[in-house]
Amino acid sequence: MAQNGKLKLALNWAASCGGCDIAILELREKILDLDAAVDILFWPVAMDFKYKHVEAMPDDHIDVCLFNGAIRNSENQHLAHLLRRKSKVLVGFGSCAHEGCIPGLANLFDRQSIMERVYLDTPSTDNPQGILPQTSFQVPEGEITIPKLYNTVKTLAQVEDVDYFVPGCPPQAPQIWSVVGTILSGQLPAKGSVLGANDKTVCDECRHKREEKHIKRFYRPHEIIPEPGRCLFDQGIICAGPATRGGCGALCPSVGMPCRGCYGPAPNVMDQGAALLSAVASVVDADSEEEAARIVGEIVDPVGTFYRFGLPASLLHRARLQTGD
Amino acid sequence: MMDAGRHPHIKLLTYSEVEEVSGYVGHFHVKVRQRPRYVDMDLCTGCGECAEACVLKKGVPNEFDAGLSRRRAAYLPMNGQGVPMKAVIDEEACLFLRRGKCTQACLEACATEAIDFEQKDEIVELDVGAILVATGFDMFDPSRLSSYSYGKSPDIIDGLEFERLSSATGPTQGQILTAAGKKPERVAIIHCVGSRDENANRYCSRVCCMYSLKHAHLVRDKTGADVFEFFMDIRAFGKDYEEFYERVQQEGVYFVRGRGAEVLVQDDGQIQVRAENTNLGIPVDINVDMVILATAMEAQRDAARVASTLGISRSANGFFQEAHPKLRPFHTNTDGIFLAGTCQSPKDVPDTVAHASAAAAETLSLLSRGEVVISPTTAVVNDELCSGCKTCIALCPYSAISFVSEGATGVATVNEVLCKGCGTCVAACPAGAITARHFSEQQIFAEIEGLFRIPLAADLEKEMALS
Amino acid sequence: MSEQFQPHIIGFLCNWCTYTAADSAGVSRMEQPPNVDIIRVMCSGRVEPAFILKAFAEGADGVIVSGCHPPGDCHYSNGNFKTFRRMPLVEALLAQYGIEAERFRWGWISGAEAAKWAQLVCSFTEQVRELGPLNWKRELQSRKE
Repeated sequence: MAQNGKLKLALNWAASCGGCDIAILELREKILDLDAAVDILFWPVAMDFKYKHVEAMPDDHIDVCLFNGAIRNSENQHLAHLLRRKSKVLVGFGSCAHEGCIPGLANLFDRQSIMERVYLDTPSTDNPQGILPQTSFQVPEGEITIPKLYNTVKTLAQVEDVDYFVPGCPPQAPQIWSVVGTILSGQLPAKGSVLGANDKTVCDECRHKREEKHIKRFYRPHEIIPEPGRCLFDQGIICAGPATRGGCGALCPSVGMPCRGCYGPAPNVMDQGAALLSAVASVVDADSEEEAARIVGEIVDPVGTFYRFGLPASLLHRARLQTGD
Repeated sequence: MMDAGRHPHIKLLTYSEVEEVSGYVGHFHVKVRQRPRYVDMDLCTGCGECAEACVLKKGVPNEFDAGLSRRRAAYLPMNGQGVPMKAVIDEEACLFLRRGKCTQACLEACATEAIDFEQKDEIVELDVGAILVATGFDMFDPSRLSSYSYGKSPDIIDGLEFERLSSATGPTQGQILTAAGKKPERVAIIHCVGSRDENANRYCSRVCCMYSLKHAHLVRDKTGADVFEFFMDIRAFGKDYEEFYERVQQEGVYFVRGRGAEVLVQDDGQIQVRAENTNLGIPVDINVDMVILATAMEAQRDAARVASTLGISRSANGFFQEAHPKLRPFHTNTDGIFLAGTCQSPKDVPDTVAHASAAAAETLSLLSRGEVVISPTTAVVNDELCSGCKTCIALCPYSAISFVSEGATGVATVNEVLCKGCGTCVAACPAGAITARHFSEQQIFAEIEGLFRIPLAADLEKEMALS
Repeated sequence: MSEQFQPHIIGFLCNWCTYTAADSAGVSRMEQPPNVDIIRVMCSGRVEPAFILKAFAEGADGVIVSGCHPPGDCHYSNGNFKTFRRMPLVEALLAQYGIEAERFRWGWISGAEAAKWAQLVCSFTEQVRELGPLNWKRELQSRKE
């Protein structure tokens, strides 16, 4: 706590879309209450503090750091280590920090192939000399450096010791507010806990009517207009709800879109994608090998479907590296 | 049968069908539909006057005589030998019940006013601890194999029809007669009709060799006719069976080792049998007055429905599946449900008695113990993690998973007695809410990790060779 | 012993059929290379896709899943039905992960088919040996970022 009794808070964004920071703003008028209770010492998107300000702080100076974004490059990693040193409590905030999230899908590729695609292969790129970014470059004024893009996107916990996780893409405002409340109260649960989310999966909050499942055909969301009030999974749409922690109020299913899995796996599940895959395949209504293979063969892009948010956190973490580093 | 009918602890529900079975060992709940007999069982004395008086003089085929005789709409079952000995009115044959037009002579004939056309179906609900299945078998329908010409002549009959001919209570009072009413002079008996046959049933029906020998003996004894037995093998496997075979041979029956290939009916009704005598390597072509087809024993036609109602499985050949073919031939894989007799597989009388006695003993043993030992490797749902997605419910082959509603949602729950521990539901649960005791994900993951902490056996060999 | 690469293969075998066959093969002293480590499950329907991924993640060069022949042999009636519904999807997943299809074998071997098991162990070991080590864990850790 600072001399004025306020909690010292830091927020950082790594490989992220910015949505988690905007989610803080979703607190709306409550942000004034937040401001009254905390001193923000670092928040790149909103305030002008620099890295050197953080580096100058004593260790454990920051009470709580909300770190959103995955670890994509050397800068992200540097900040992860730095903020860990300078913070008493490090929170992996949002799905990117928690399990990799959308940036994590880049783990199907590697640095070289990403660079080539972005800087050489895309139809609108005009790069006749085939210049690729370099991490350092000499100019008359000296050396310019940019962070190094890693081959593999990692979760925050895969590079640093994390105290708590707040899942969601982004975490919902009520959830953020309850986490803030928990932190301010000082009644923190066991280290490593997931905050602001339920132990039961999304189905527990979903109001759709559910039956026993017998799927003869899978539909992608654009291929079907679902019957309202009826479980989307029952209708053949792959909804990640059964395999995803609840706490969001089943927001997406309630408007007829299948859950995509952004809150991550249920408490005891090691690999969210594998759990969802198993459930989806098990209820296929096929009593012969050929029929079963045909029906599951209709699922387009299994990794994208089952590991949309959790690829870096999954058992295998990434697709096999084809090229050398 | 009469003793069973009279026993104070045995309640016979005749003219009934099991419609629904739920629950598990020790706690089965069974719904039985009793069809109406249109006869009050308490008032009926079994005198048979209604059957005599019934206006349906032409009658319908009598099932008990394998269709060889006829009965009326009102009748005493099993040719008057049924238990209980009460009349019944066949609602599909009865003119009054079908068309409302009849003098109802039966009503008048009945001295105790036992006939009641107002009777309706009744559902009887029973709570029982165990179920013993003794639903028997059906005979193969030989018209499925056109080479035997079954149906083209009234003198081509199957084994069961022959049994009725030779029975003292049958349509001919035990005389072996052709349809024309004469004693046959030449009779062919053909083995393996519908058995040991790629086009019908691959299995051997076990009983036909012995009953065909018996039939041959009866024909010789009662008519003196020439008997030609066409067989592939003679399976005389039981106590005194081989001796009986020798005796029948000595009685002058002609045994032709060759499958009866074709039975033809000429325009004049003459029956012709063709086969190959494989021992001599010559074709055989004979005229006969009667052909007895030793047809296969098959699972009952409605075995699939019965199995599904009871929740038991069937073997590949359609009979009910035993828990183990050698060590547990009268158990099913469903605790508390036992099999007795030919519903499990073809068998003759001594084997059926042994099998059924064993099933009865096992049932008694189960019920007297009052406790069931269940496997420890069952699945259990953590209802603090189960969100009621219902992925698991339909996956259980034993219907062991039920859903307990809680407001708008609910949780799954596994019946530990029904659960056999296959782990399918555990593997499917997307929330990791079901644990397989002794085969949990944690345990298996630990096994996998452990296997990579120790050197591979092949590498060990290498290390040992080098040192 | 030569410096030959020794594949480390994990097999998930169902207790009633394939495990029995493997046991039989061993008792009958059928010659097999020692590269397959067996994990027994009660039914192939117990095998979660996560087991297969975990095996590869921990360092398996090849994985086998084997149970009773469908449609009728499963000791639990239709546990193997769930297996053949899940495995094709696991295959598709492994393909996207860049794990060669030849490293994953799933199928049916009954308790009486000991020779078939021994034959599988021999042929699959050689097949994986030719593909070389997968070494997932060590690969990820040793790669410079």
